[in-house]
Amino acid sequence: MLILTCPCCGIAAEETELHAGGEAHLKRFGPGSSDEDFEGYLFQRENAKGVHFERWRHSSGCGKWFHAARCTTTLEVFGTYPAQTTEPPQDIKDAITAKRPAPRWRDIA
Amino acid sequence: MSDPISALNGARFDGLVQVTEMPPQGMITLRGDLASVAIKNAATGIAGVDMPGQRGVHCVGEKGICWMSPDELLVLCPYAEVGVALASMHKTLGKDHALAVDVSDARAVFQLQGAAVREVIAKLAPVDMDPAQFTPGEIRRTRLAQVPAAFWLREEGLVQVICFRSVAGYVFDLLTGAATPGGEVGVFAAG
Repeated sequence: MLILTCPCCGIAAEETELHAGGEAHLKRFGPGSSDEDFEGYLFQRENAKGVHFERWRHSSGCGKWFHAARCTTTLEVFGTYPAQTTEPPQDIKDAITAKRPAPRWRDIA
Repeated sequence: MSDPISALNGARFDGLVQVTEMPPQGMITLRGDLASVAIKNAATGIAGVDMPGQRGVHCVGEKGICWMSPDELLVLCPYAEVGVALASMHKTLGKDHALAVDVSDARAVFQLQGAAVREVIAKLAPVDMDPAQFTPGEIRRTRLAQVPAAFWLREEGLVQVICFRSVAGYVFDLLTGAATPGGEVGVFAAG
């Protein structure tokens, strides 16, 4: 069972109270972008075995979106942080590199 | 004019706890920046209680304020006074970017009374109901089995549950099922 702490209301919510929102930190390429960029934005996703950044929504609680950094193999949660950011805060990055020396996830961590 | 009637017309059940459907309760959803003075004044002016903090609920009788999310409050007042309350709220809010809507008829309210209320709720919601973790004064927005609901302890042994009116029958069946005699678990020493 995955337990994530919602940074918006502070509740340590378990998986059934949340809704997964897919990969985090995607950059949108809309009208006017090249076909490659648009395709990448629409279809290309990380399928990480290890560290992964995801969007979650506290759907049965406060209803807010937030981000979570976790490991897909061990379900270890490195931390959660507000969704109003384009990349993970430094303390989350530090927590990850402390435990996974060289994680590779796009060009973020 | 016809009289307002609650979803289950005051259904009752006596089991491990007493489950009662409450008469219509006035509820106003207030959304906006909770740090703004106008919003605080609008809420406290109607409810007559202090502004609650994160996940807090201040409730006296039929009036109260529930913290629902970082930008949402649920203001409780007597059903008959909602129209007047809403008008005065809009006046207080002035030109502030905020939303106040009467949601009284969209909701159903249940009250659970008895020593085993923590256990009955714990069977249905993914919430740690341990007396050390969940205390009176905290509201929890969550789910009861498959539907959204919110509840708080008015005092030890007295729980108020709010859910959507459309699922009132389902929630009543859930609560009575969880409170059926013979289903005692006894996991919380204090109740």
